[in-house]
Amino acid sequence: MNDHAPSTGLKILAAAMFVFLLAPVLVVVPLSFSGDAFLSFPPSSWSTRWYGRILAEPKIVAAFWTSLTLAATTMVLCLAIGLPAAYAIVRLRIPGAAFLTSLFTAPLLLPSIVLALAILIVFARLGFIGSFRGVLAGHLVVTLPYAVRVLATSIAGLPIACEEAATTLGASPLAVFRRITLPLMLPGIAATAALCFLVSFDEVVLSLFLTGPRLSTLPVEMFHYVETRTDPLIAALSVILVVITLAIVLLVDRTAGLARTFAR
Amino acid sequence: MSAVALSANSPKNAGRVQPMAIALLLPITIVSLVGFVAPVANLLVLSFQKAEGTGALLGGFTTETWTTVLQDMFYLHLILNSIATSLVITVLTLVTSYPIALYLHRSRGSWRNVLLVLVISPLLLSAVVRTYGWIAILSDQGVVNRTLMFFGMTSPIRLVFNMTGVVIGLTEILMPYMILALLAGFGHLDRQAEEAALTLGATPFTVFRRIILPLSLPGIALGSLLCFVLAVSSFITPKLLGGGRVFLLATEIYDQAIVSLNWPVAATLSGVILIIFGTALLFYTRLLKSVM
Repeated sequence: MNDHAPSTGLKILAAAMFVFLLAPVLVVVPLSFSGDAFLSFPPSSWSTRWYGRILAEPKIVAAFWTSLTLAATTMVLCLAIGLPAAYAIVRLRIPGAAFLTSLFTAPLLLPSIVLALAILIVFARLGFIGSFRGVLAGHLVVTLPYAVRVLATSIAGLPIACEEAATTLGASPLAVFRRITLPLMLPGIAATAALCFLVSFDEVVLSLFLTGPRLSTLPVEMFHYVETRTDPLIAALSVILVVITLAIVLLVDRTAGLARTFAR
Repeated sequence: MSAVALSANSPKNAGRVQPMAIALLLPITIVSLVGFVAPVANLLVLSFQKAEGTGALLGGFTTETWTTVLQDMFYLHLILNSIATSLVITVLTLVTSYPIALYLHRSRGSWRNVLLVLVISPLLLSAVVRTYGWIAILSDQGVVNRTLMFFGMTSPIRLVFNMTGVVIGLTEILMPYMILALLAGFGHLDRQAEEAALTLGATPFTVFRRIILPLSLPGIALGSLLCFVLAVSSFITPKLLGGGRVFLLATEIYDQAIVSLNWPVAATLSGVILIIFGTALLFYTRLLKSVM
């Protein structure tokens, strides 16, 4: 025990709890290759037919495209709104910066069900329910806190000396931002973009309240599917989503890592 | 108009920075006011209003919704049931997460990083997917019941679409939060104190009970607060794993808002959740003060 190593008892206990923690994920992958018509594990036969069946569900396919467009729009708007805000909070010595930061990140502290209800009631009066702009506005409320937090941390970590040197040499503030601050921030921007995209793409509670019969997102359709039917289709869909999520995370790791080496 | 802090410091530029700052902060302020401040304020006001049977609001100020909710046996039961269930889930999450956190704290190198990624990765997966996984595991045709039947059980035990399923599912879903909170708190652990106790003849269990456990109390308190708060307000898992037979605060808010369209009652129940949040936070601060 002197070498700080965990004891055998702890190892066994931790391993058992790890199995419990990863159980739902470990089950979903083999289940997606089930040949059965219902949820049964282990499956009695194997096939890839559930992957094909996804395309035969028009609601799921439509919701997938809605979610993709929604997440991409949310991501772009998050950067367009969050970047100036984070810059102003960190670099322009405005009074009440601490208060503004907590105000802009406050939506994260509220339980999502309470926030969803609050937004539903106001948006219903504005006629926003079941419309793209309504769901988009709702997603911005929950993604912007992440954007502000990550971008502000990113800006605060930049060496201010480079910006000051450029200013001294006569560069305009805009040129300084475009030629120095922005390139240095690339890893932070990539991380923010991925985070906002994934949070929007996965968001379900808020979307359940704000979507309607005319417009639905993928998590909402999956929720309703699980609520009414129990077959392996959602398992196949889940595996596809896990692959997409992993691809995004790896892609960001690559670009952000590359950008970091360029910045040095 | 210089944006760098260097020139923003000088009195000449101090006044000129303001319009630029306002312009940069305007979009996010609009989103915050329209999408957060106004809705939340409106929600609190709404809980003091009354609605007709059709859902139309009557306006005016009344505490009727609050008194109705707090006197109705159904809602009282619902509130107490939600608190009790969340407490059970919090304790179970702590018990299942503690060994993993302690193991991670004691392991080193790349193996530790791999395990840490495994702990965090479920967070990247939607709650719908993880709940669905639990339905597959716990249903009558699932792994657990198949195994039990193989060993001679005659009929499957009901593990889904009831409270048991909700508790199991939520415990697993909240584990990553608890593990991360515990890991953050384990910084207080002192290896030398443990070794000293062992040298002096204490059993490993005594060392755990008298040294490791007390020193990790701040992490336990933080993780428990986090999990309790998330359990009280969780909605997806109780709705899907409860199969419409488990009634908790969050599921009732959804039903009142979407199905019954009774917004004042939904708003009041949201207020109840916020009060439970505040109480939990108060309790946590008190506890932390007495421990530190």
